Amino acid sequence: MTASASEQLVEALTAVGCEAAPTAVDPVVLSERAGRLVVRVGDVVVKAHAVGTDPDALAARLRLVADRQQPGPVWLPPVGGVRHVRDRLVTVWPAAETVAGADPDSAPWVEGAELLARLHRCALPADVPAAGFAAGVERAVTRMGTGSAADAVRRAFRGLGLPHGGSAVVHGDWHLGQVVHHGGWRLIDVDDLGLGDPAWDLARPAALYAVGLLDPVLWARFLDAYRAAEGPAVPATGDPWPVLDTPARAAVIRLAAQAVVRAGSTEMDETDVLLVDACVRMSEDRR
Amino acid sequence: MQCPKCRGTMRTYNRNGVQIEQCDNCRGVFLDYGELEHLAQMEARYAAPPPPPQPGYAAPPAPGYGAPAWGSSHHGHHKKKSWAHMIFST
Repeated sequence: MTASASEQLVEALTAVGCEAAPTAVDPVVLSERAGRLVVRVGDVVVKAHAVGTDPDALAARLRLVADRQQPGPVWLPPVGGVRHVRDRLVTVWPAAETVAGADPDSAPWVEGAELLARLHRCALPADVPAAGFAAGVERAVTRMGTGSAADAVRRAFRGLGLPHGGSAVVHGDWHLGQVVHHGGWRLIDVDDLGLGDPAWDLARPAALYAVGLLDPVLWARFLDAYRAAEGPAVPATGDPWPVLDTPARAAVIRLAAQAVVRAGSTEMDETDVLLVDACVRMSEDRR
Repeated sequence: MQCPKCRGTMRTYNRNGVQIEQCDNCRGVFLDYGELEHLAQMEARYAAPPPPPQPGYAAPPAPGYGAPAWGSSHHGHHKKKSWAHMIFST
């Protein structure tokens, strides 16, 4: 997208936001990533979904969010339905408090785990689109150039079994940035929501714990809270790694691929090297 | 002597200098006071020393949490700022 096209889209999203919640504040671009543009306009956040987003799947995902069968509120509810702005599908959401940039020690691990457990336990409706885990990992791996780190990540990716089908409604791209506060803790980002294996929603923290970055105390806090809320992704007691191994590998591979792209031709920092080293061990471990 | 379990006949054997009673019927073994310790000491002398721990692998974590084989030990010295984006963003 050219700069001017991007500016025009911000302008169009701002108009949508002002219409949804009349304000006189300047728009703030919250994120522009993976072809998605998110703009805050006063009390609402307006999101342009990626080009090529399936309108039927997005509508089905919004229906899942609105599903009253769920045991208690899980998702931040959208403001209205899907809008068509220029050539993009656009959704509007209440502006909520995020925890991005917070200290991992004080982040809502317990609340996030409870929301996931509640999501995974909700009844499985008909016509649920597939969750977006696999696409996210593939996208990240495809973006890498050449080099020894990229080769190590690709080798680990080739040994990975990506998920097919599933047994629950899952978030599809869960991390703490997807947990916001708006009259209670809620999940956001429906782009990858759908039918999947719930263990994949635990992949990010599992991966960061496995490579030695996430404090075992915080990992235990998260896992304990998920189990206490009767989350079905892992067995209630005992070793969760037979279930978490593949999802955590995938999350490490995705993070490592993003780190390789970010570093480009410059040297990777030590946390990025940890991720690539873990990819190397995955290939050695596969016997 | 009678076996306390099946009432069979206990026979006395000498195993590496330790007297043990074994039942002819159910093969159960009776150890006198101190005999178990004696056997354990002898076993320890025969056992090979344990292999040194492999570098780069975590100490066994608490049961119920575990870790994968490709994992790494906890690197507490990493500044949280350097990796926090990985837990807060897509």
